[in-house]
Amino acid sequence: MATTNVVRDEYSELVDLEHSHDHEHGQFIAHHFHSAEQQFDSGKLGIWLFLVTEVLFFGGLFVAYIIYRYNRPDVFIDAHHHLDTLLGGLNTIVLLFSSLTMAWGVRAAQLGDNRTTAISVLATMVCAALFLGVKAVEYSHKWDLGLLPGNLFSYDPLAKHDHALISNYLVMLCVPFGVLLLGFLLGAILNLNTGKKLIGQFYGGMAITMLGYFAGVGVGVLWMATMTPKHDSHDDHHAAVVVAADAVRPVVFSADDAAPKVETAVVDGAAAAEAPAGSTAPLDKSLGVFFSIYYCMTGLHAVHIIAGIAALAWIFYRSLAAQWRPDYFGPVDFVGLYWHLVDLIWIYLFPLMYLIR
Amino acid sequence: MAQHATTTHAASDDHGHGHGEHFAHPAPVWVLLGTFGALIFLTILTVFIADNVELGSFELLVSMGIATVKAVLVGAFFMHMFWDKGFNVLVFLSSLLFFALFIGFALMDSYETLPNVSDYYKR
Amino acid sequence: MATVTQKQQLFGHAPTNHYLDASRGVMSWIFTLDHKRIAIMYMYGVILSLFLAGIFALVLRLELYTPGPWFLTSAQYNQMFTLHGAVMVFLFIIPSIPAIIGNFVLPMMLGAKDVAFPRLNLASLWLYWAGGFFFIVVLATSGLDTGWTFYTPYSTTTSTNVIAATLGAFILGFSSIFTGLNFIVTINTMRPKGMTWFRMPLLLWGLYSTSIIQVLATPVLGITLLLLIVERLLKLGIFDPAYGGDPLLYQHFFWFYSHPAVYIMILPAMGVISEMLGVHCRKEVFGYKFIALSSVAIALLGFLVWGHHMFTSGQSEMASLVFSAITFSVAVPSAIKVFNWLCTMYRGDINLSTPMMYIMSFIFLFGIGGLTGLWLGALSTDIPLHDTYFVVAHFHYVMVGGTMTSLLGGLFHWWPKMSGRMYNEPLGKLFCLLVFIGFNLTFFPQFIMGSLGMPRRYHEYQAVYQIYHQLSTIGAFTLGIGIFGAVMTLVYAWFFGRKASGNPWGAATLEWQSSSPPSFHNFEHRVIVSAPYDFSSVVYDESVDGYVPVVPKREAAPAPQPTPAPVSN
Repeated sequence: MATTNVVRDEYSELVDLEHSHDHEHGQFIAHHFHSAEQQFDSGKLGIWLFLVTEVLFFGGLFVAYIIYRYNRPDVFIDAHHHLDTLLGGLNTIVLLFSSLTMAWGVRAAQLGDNRTTAISVLATMVCAALFLGVKAVEYSHKWDLGLLPGNLFSYDPLAKHDHALISNYLVMLCVPFGVLLLGFLLGAILNLNTGKKLIGQFYGGMAITMLGYFAGVGVGVLWMATMTPKHDSHDDHHAAVVVAADAVRPVVFSADDAAPKVETAVVDGAAAAEAPAGSTAPLDKSLGVFFSIYYCMTGLHAVHIIAGIAALAWIFYRSLAAQWRPDYFGPVDFVGLYWHLVDLIWIYLFPLMYLIR
Repeated sequence: MAQHATTTHAASDDHGHGHGEHFAHPAPVWVLLGTFGALIFLTILTVFIADNVELGSFELLVSMGIATVKAVLVGAFFMHMFWDKGFNVLVFLSSLLFFALFIGFALMDSYETLPNVSDYYKR
Repeated sequence: MATVTQKQQLFGHAPTNHYLDASRGVMSWIFTLDHKRIAIMYMYGVILSLFLAGIFALVLRLELYTPGPWFLTSAQYNQMFTLHGAVMVFLFIIPSIPAIIGNFVLPMMLGAKDVAFPRLNLASLWLYWAGGFFFIVVLATSGLDTGWTFYTPYSTTTSTNVIAATLGAFILGFSSIFTGLNFIVTINTMRPKGMTWFRMPLLLWGLYSTSIIQVLATPVLGITLLLLIVERLLKLGIFDPAYGGDPLLYQHFFWFYSHPAVYIMILPAMGVISEMLGVHCRKEVFGYKFIALSSVAIALLGFLVWGHHMFTSGQSEMASLVFSAITFSVAVPSAIKVFNWLCTMYRGDINLSTPMMYIMSFIFLFGIGGLTGLWLGALSTDIPLHDTYFVVAHFHYVMVGGTMTSLLGGLFHWWPKMSGRMYNEPLGKLFCLLVFIGFNLTFFPQFIMGSLGMPRRYHEYQAVYQIYHQLSTIGAFTLGIGIFGAVMTLVYAWFFGRKASGNPWGAATLEWQSSSPPSFHNFEHRVIVSAPYDFSSVVYDESVDGYVPVVPKREAAPAPQPTPAPVSN
């Protein structure tokens, strides 16, 4: 019987230990974690794993790109006439700068400097929106020309491209951002007037973000306006190429296996020798597939930018509420990592799409 | 930037939570700015090479090489991999390994089948 | 001062205040963050999907009883086998063991209160429901007839509702990714002091390996299905040769996920078997490290063999050769596991309970399923056997004979923990036997007719195959009755079973140190970490009618004398 008593005492010790342990929990530590560091480590590993899934998610598209480029190098060389390196380069620099401000914000949060974090995150959001604005100009310009994915591709190099500077597509792409801008402005004014400083500042920051989008649109449109002569020369060059190709067009549509070779030779003599005749698809039909891949990749990337803005808005709000401390800054770090990944993907997309010569 | 002042302020706000601060590794300012400068330089370089230097079939290799250097910079310093736990770095790098596997096998098959496909179309 | 009542509260049957009772109402379930309740809710969905897809299977088998068409048109037949496959794969097998047993047991095996990200866990569950909803949409609209693999170009041209199905599978993929991510982080950061990697229960190794695959492979399925959806909507041309695209590329994409997904299905099953085996043989698991590491090896090798699904679809000879060679290497870690299981049973104190019977049928069926895989991995024999019933029988032996058997076994094993009740042992054994006989009767004849040349997915067949089809149909109904009976045994136990103690099996892993059913926070006390298969760490205690952990005698840290310091409070 004596041993049984000892055993019982030991079990009650187990219980007491457990209960005394519960009081150590701070405000920001979830109940199932023991310490702030364990919580941070879990979150960090979690976000890295999430980034792994993102890499492989985009990876599929990169595989499609590489296989298609390997099968049809002629298509990719032809496609570069339709992409504006300067706008792409500008967007690259904007994203790199947003990465810098993001890293700066993480640093500030780690030091507990909430004000700097808020400003840095706001700068990051503005850059993100600016990127989208430039992208909207690029997209709408292409849609005007008929540079559409796959079956919808209807680009005719011989047609005159005297389209309006501000296309209808661009207006449509601006509407949601315009509505958001007005909403945020209204929210900011109402809340700041009624003394709700935190939410008012938040709405104000979001309104500035939306302005960033329109700044991007402005830059893009201005660039398009100043570069019109040079752009036309691009088109002219391409038109000349295809005028020659047009002579063999009836052959192309009869799906004769010799046709693509003829056309490749016209587009680029050097490429013709190494262009494998892996398919009978004519060039203009295949060019549509290039734009399929282009829109899938940049479109998915843009979706990630939009999701990034949403996540950054959440961080921005919490920075304004001054919630970061040197032992609690995880969310800033995690959203930051996500943002850098979006930047990383663009670092590869830019040369793959815009710098093919 | 009054970062040193805010640090002490935050520390004094910390009610008895002495532990936990040691897992934050703020990146030095000069590292952040230096990384950014290098990234901008590399971006301009890669555009310059694409526009002005004839590299032929090495073009893709060079532009991908520059992109990879940029990616390493972003990863090491902006994403704190330089200071991070080895396991986290391993996790992230494993994604690249599996991506390489994916592209490797798919490209190998494409390389091998392409002659068959062309033969088929020639017939 | 602990009393007998307190001990009963800690290690016995919890009369009140357990997780099922902690709060009431539908909302307390839908919005719960408790991993145990999430597991139970997954169970409803998974078992429902099993029954739904099982009914499709029975309809198929009944139709195939006669060589000619009977009560289904060919189009309806195509829909039936597609929906059977798609629902079984995406809604039943892939989530089954990780979502039910993994969610319930994993945090408790670590002595933790919950998984690392409880909200993400709930999000996984909701995504599972959302994905299931899209499959219901498929059923309610024009159905699906592409086969579960959605091969292009047919899937981009058929008039059935491919978009809803792929969208459903896409969403289910994310449910699976988040579960995997959660498990990896939980195992990495929330192990208790004293539980090193090689003192983890083997189920955790199985789930960890599964999670690696889920995180690495499932995103590729996501992008594949997304491309397929856009291809159907906009005619992208990436998979269409008319545009210079490559239909084979779709298969590369699909199988880069779907072959590793086969191991998402079987690895947790192997984990469950390894886990239960030691307990029901009351013997330390033989070759612990080999079983643990072979799980990881299978997970990684699983990424290198996807091309063996494409031997006959126009893949290059070189690729087929390489993939075939690597395929055989997967046999090594699989065989390591089987031999170690057999060595664990050898001279063990085997308790022929229901879970043990499932274990033995698993080893038998998985053995056959695995060995017939060698015929299909070898190029020369795969050419005549591909797309015959031999393939159908092979993967059913692995998926059903493996995964479903171990899911049922695992449910019986952990049922006392989940429900706090014991099931009826004779009934459990009877239905296990029925499942085993029914299963073999269904699928063994399929090996024979497959090797005789009966192609899969055919609505009509020549009369020479009829006897095999008839045997198979009879077996299928036996199997159906067996599974239904087993589930009903569990349901009956949930309401009317004998009350179970905290540790009725005498297992040494941590989840059994809680009361049955566990309290909301899992443990009302600090857990005592011992080696997972050290069965001397638990003793039978009459007052709780079950086993209780032995509290180790503590020694003062730098012991000045060898005398153990007595524990007093």
